[in-house]
Amino acid sequence: MPFGLLKYGLRKKYPAERHFTPTKPLKSHYDVVIIGAGGHGSAIAYYLAKTHGITKVALIDKGYLGGGNTARNTAVIRSNYLTEAGVKFYRDSVELYQNLSNEFGYNIMMENRGQLTLAHSDAAIRSFRWRAEVNQHLGVRSELVDRQAIKAMVPNLNLSENARFPVLAGLWHADGATARHDAVVWGYARGACQRGVELHQLTEAQGIDVEGGRVVGVRTNRGRIRCGVVVQAVAGASSVVGQMAGIKLPIHSFPLQAMVTQPYKPILTPHVSSPHVHVYVHQTSRGEFVIGGGSDPYPLYHTRATLDQKEILSAATLELFPFLAQAKILRQWAGTTDMTPDYSPIMGLSPVENYYLDAGWGTWGFKATPISGKMMAELVATGRVPALIEPFELERFYRFEQVNEAGATAASH
Amino acid sequence: MKQLLCPLNGLRNISEFLYGGEVHELSDPRDYSAKDWAEHVFFDENRAGLVLEWWCHRPTSYWFIAERNTITDEVVRSFPSSEIFTHRIDFDQRRDRGEHV
Repeated sequence: MPFGLLKYGLRKKYPAERHFTPTKPLKSHYDVVIIGAGGHGSAIAYYLAKTHGITKVALIDKGYLGGGNTARNTAVIRSNYLTEAGVKFYRDSVELYQNLSNEFGYNIMMENRGQLTLAHSDAAIRSFRWRAEVNQHLGVRSELVDRQAIKAMVPNLNLSENARFPVLAGLWHADGATARHDAVVWGYARGACQRGVELHQLTEAQGIDVEGGRVVGVRTNRGRIRCGVVVQAVAGASSVVGQMAGIKLPIHSFPLQAMVTQPYKPILTPHVSSPHVHVYVHQTSRGEFVIGGGSDPYPLYHTRATLDQKEILSAATLELFPFLAQAKILRQWAGTTDMTPDYSPIMGLSPVENYYLDAGWGTWGFKATPISGKMMAELVATGRVPALIEPFELERFYRFEQVNEAGATAASH
Repeated sequence: MKQLLCPLNGLRNISEFLYGGEVHELSDPRDYSAKDWAEHVFFDENRAGLVLEWWCHRPTSYWFIAERNTITDEVVRSFPSSEIFTHRIDFDQRRDRGEHV
């Protein structure tokens, strides 16, 4: 892409480029309807069109493109999970992320700054050593680091031995990164639209038509669509949309709250996470500190933030970074996390034929965007579940074969 | 802080309570297949709207039922579990009496 950029730079005029095709009238039939135009839905549409040449696709959303949990996550990308299935899956996602800007010809502002998870107890050190071994075995860069190494990486971290929970060691994950979450969904949707996918915003799925155990259409506020395949990619509303197709899911929806401070000069390079004091912090390229993420203690579908969670997050942040004591909170928000019992997603087949699930994305959805899009597209195109996502099928709960993902951020909350 | 009306202790801060999951109809566990067990343990309605759910007031270990709207987070009413569960279900006796359970 550098040549494209050079050509653009040498032009006399800089015409504004239209990102997405203008909204067309909704057709009565599509091959595939994807419910939810977030990162996942857009990525599925993109890979369907690009890899499999399937372009009679409607990407529908009740709101606007990327306006759900794609806009509400904290944009962390990492693969230092614990289960073999999880590590492999997120590893492939991180690899896809690395080349996404080039592939799109569109800057997703990927920043490879690494992730540091802190251990405040011997038990945490043992579990980090375990995670590092599993990660390295599967080709993911993770290693146990001591206090000196942590001090060199994050000089501003409170490493005092008099802290309430002194930092004992850390899990350093060099593959950890962040990216501009909006750019990821825009890049995918733009690429999909360029190849003929139709993006229909303000188009709400209100019912799913199932005949003889097989999905045949979607009822929307803009009319009825008949289709061969439906994919639901609605993080935060998985149970609600699933119920339209008569599918019950092992999901509970909780709001996860996060916040951002006023901007400061660059002072913190990696993403720092502490499962023990329940907080993670990173500084964005424009200087704000992103602080997450506290869950409300019971299921909810609204995303109003609470003062208690802000206090809990602030107290935990000040334990790690006392210099933020005077920082002002600039923005705060919540996103609905669809939590599964084993902290792993639910992907693949459903009890309804040709109705595919991309659900249960809890606190691990953004980092999985590229790979889930690619795998779900393969499933739609071939009708076969790719090996990489086989462990995450809904069926696992009936077989009591959960993928216990203790490496999930929320698992320690 | 949000508050919840405990039938035993009155209006208390939400931090004193523990969420205990949706209220499910109880049936005889001896008739449960593996699939029934899986559904009982893992699957829930997770409805957006009015739900009936178990809550515990932690300081007094008092379990009760609340009807709550999960979209607005308003508790419509809370009441002792005895309003729904009026008698003790003794599975063995029912079976021994030859009743269909």
